[in-house]
Amino acid sequence: MTDTTTRRNFLKMGMAGASVLPFLRAMPAAAQGADTLVVVSGQTINSLDLHRTGTNRASYQVAVNCYDRLVSFGTKEVPGGGLSYDYDTIVPELAESWTVSEDGLTITFKIKPNATFWDGAKVTAEDVKWSFDRAVSVGGFPSVQMKAGGLVRPDQFEAVDAETFVITLDHPSKLAIPDLAVPVPFVINSAVAKANATTDDPWAMEYLHMTPAGSGAFKVLRWTPGEQLVYERNDNWVGGPVPAVKRVVVREVPSPATRRALVERGDVQMSFDIPDKDAAELAEIIDVYSTPIENCIHCLCTNTKFEPFQDADVRKAVAYAVPYEDIFQAAAYGRGAPLWGGEAEITDIAWPRKTQYYTDIDKAKEYMAKSGYPDGFEVPLSISLDLASWMEPAALLIQESLAQIGITAEIEKIPGANWRTAALVEKRLPLHLENFGGWLNTPDYYFFWAYQDGHLFNSSNYRNEEIEDLVNATLHMPMDDPDYAPKIKRMFEIVLEDLPRIPLYQPALNVATNGAEGYEFWFHRQLDVRPLSAG
Amino acid sequence: MSSGSIVSSTCARCRPVKPVSVAAYPRLRAVAFRVAQSIPVVIGVVVISFLLTRTLPGDPAAYFAGAAADEASIAEVRKALGLDKPLIQQFFIYVGDLMQGDLGQSISSGRPVATDLASRLPASLELTLTALILSCGIAIPLGILAATRPGSWVDHLCRVLVTAGVSLPTFFTGIVLIYVFYYLLGIAPSPLGRLDFIYLDPDRVTGFYLIDAALMGDWETWRGAAKQLILPAITLALFTLAPIARMTRAAMLTALSSDFIRTARAAGLSRGTILYGYAFRNALLPVVTTLGMVFSFTLGANVLVEKVFAWPGIGSYAVEALVVSDYAAVQGFVLAMALLFVALNLVIDLLYTAIDPRIGFSSK
Repeated sequence: MTDTTTRRNFLKMGMAGASVLPFLRAMPAAAQGADTLVVVSGQTINSLDLHRTGTNRASYQVAVNCYDRLVSFGTKEVPGGGLSYDYDTIVPELAESWTVSEDGLTITFKIKPNATFWDGAKVTAEDVKWSFDRAVSVGGFPSVQMKAGGLVRPDQFEAVDAETFVITLDHPSKLAIPDLAVPVPFVINSAVAKANATTDDPWAMEYLHMTPAGSGAFKVLRWTPGEQLVYERNDNWVGGPVPAVKRVVVREVPSPATRRALVERGDVQMSFDIPDKDAAELAEIIDVYSTPIENCIHCLCTNTKFEPFQDADVRKAVAYAVPYEDIFQAAAYGRGAPLWGGEAEITDIAWPRKTQYYTDIDKAKEYMAKSGYPDGFEVPLSISLDLASWMEPAALLIQESLAQIGITAEIEKIPGANWRTAALVEKRLPLHLENFGGWLNTPDYYFFWAYQDGHLFNSSNYRNEEIEDLVNATLHMPMDDPDYAPKIKRMFEIVLEDLPRIPLYQPALNVATNGAEGYEFWFHRQLDVRPLSAG
Repeated sequence: MSSGSIVSSTCARCRPVKPVSVAAYPRLRAVAFRVAQSIPVVIGVVVISFLLTRTLPGDPAAYFAGAAADEASIAEVRKALGLDKPLIQQFFIYVGDLMQGDLGQSISSGRPVATDLASRLPASLELTLTALILSCGIAIPLGILAATRPGSWVDHLCRVLVTAGVSLPTFFTGIVLIYVFYYLLGIAPSPLGRLDFIYLDPDRVTGFYLIDAALMGDWETWRGAAKQLILPAITLALFTLAPIARMTRAAMLTALSSDFIRTARAAGLSRGTILYGYAFRNALLPVVTTLGMVFSFTLGANVLVEKVFAWPGIGSYAVEALVVSDYAAVQGFVLAMALLFVALNLVIDLLYTAIDPRIGFSSK
């Protein structure tokens, strides 16, 4: 098992002599040549198996780097510089090609004939089926994510022969193929997994938690929970171009100040997910990539359960009172994208979009005056302590502005472990900050989670019959359908008029590099080490 | 599981010793008595830690089901974690497991809590002990010097160090040290935890890298581990310096002004004998007491130092477990700390009798 690797059995692991070298005793700076990259991150990897209950977000990177999916997303240039995944281009990973039937219900994949797992076994359609069955059967997050693409039951997957895999959908959906490119439906070496499964644990959760068995670009060389994960390149990878670096060390360093010193000195080549403040300051010295996170918006949410917020004029007053620019500078240090001061008329279907609102206290006062609450009211403004780095400054600025229009907002800080229950499950916070971002980058997907009644991220208890119908209609509709764009525009119009969520800004994912190149932003906000090279 | 055999084997080993020990080794009997006394404490800790974790706000099932989970999947997770059972049943399951030496499974790390603690406790202990040795090495001589020369520059230096040590928070000292010695001067190694990534961990015997590396004779790794240890140990030492130096100074002042020292001086004993043979030995009692307190306090409280230096210690483990309501991990941590303190108190009591034979175990 990876965590119990000692020097002795590590050497016995059958590594070629040369590949072991840099870890023997002391190998000074030479070890950090073009072959090895060191990345520091504040997050801790707690499992090597994404499907396990309790696996945290940071661990998704193992699914990305060590396993393959049938398909993946392409790469595009980001306007502000740097690279990003491209939602609109689906590229093959394990699949060589695929065809979709006329009715859109059957997708047939041909698997690359030369694809092999790390142990040399051929990747077969049977492996894909076993892995997909696992993803829809284990429950929890993986099953929910599979459902987004219309994949719910094992009988939807069929291994026709060793290289042909067929998915049958209950209804055609534009989300089905993109949902196969998210980290969840990764392909496991089913022979190895089954050999380590027990009757209590038919999906080999215990085994794969510590020991990945995949076909991906990197293998896990060592994993010390709470300290580091070492990836080693799989030279036989066929899922894409073989990575340029032989080894990537992901080291866990909780303190942002320490991470900053390390990357600034160049002792590590990358610091992943750095605070906005460090990003703003480091950008002068080394390479910093701040990519606005697609389909993600930091919002101020007005809960319709709270009586004053049922008044449309009050919601508008709040929207005009919010000091957008100050929040963007104080909470995000200008990293990300502004989402205020746009045109009221909706001409495109880009989301997130700039709202027609901007800071105008006089206008806000006017709306308050004609509302049912001209003398104002009191309301708690809730924030999560886990997200205090942006929520606290934003909340303070909002509190100050709301005071000017007669709304007394008391800031209520909620511990991270309670936040989800209070904000998303019970949906009981009258006024709060929220940060939902959708993995699948279509506006209807965002609306599905954040604006449909009863859905998890609709923390404002918003319900609008037209929105319900529009989201249901557009969710699985192809984006080139002539009906799609008008419906989406109508959805934008309604929610920006009703304002259950007041968009503040689009946050950014910040990554600092010093001697590493090829960084690519991914919607899952974890590090894809495959395209990296030493620079 | 195997604990049954362990118990029986230890019993088998102590049976021939027992009749002898009761009669011939009063200290051994006293130790056994002390250990027996701590059993209610441990039981209390088990109950309280169980209850406290359950009253923590937050729902682990909702947390571990992930952000996008629905009611059904949360219920599945709750069942998988055994949290759907009544509290009293959960408690008995926990105690039953505990009897077998099983501290449970940490949900966040997915490993047995015992394994997690075994890998992290030595890291914290190594850091804390090094820091304490360092701080005693400075604080005790400084305290003695300050006491023998009150009002002199040594006394003032002592006061300055003590004030600085108390008033500078550890994370601040840590960051300043990193800034100066790593970032500006480049003398210190990268603050990347216990070992730089180019070294392999030494074979595990005690879990203390310095000891394990020395046992292997791998001095390259030993040096690597020692280098990583210096800055965090200094940070913690600065923090623990204050109480030890203050206590040494105060205890020495009291001792030096007492009657028996005057008598010793009058009897014409040498200065060294008076100072170290009589005064210091008497002053040691409160110092050892303080040391015990400082040790226990530091072990739990060095979370901030652990974070700054990426030290994979037990403090950050506990805090992370607490944040995600990982019950088994929190309980395991509390229990491990309780056992450690019981052991520590025992050692301190034994030290008392060694330092001052008047304090006998027979009196209690």
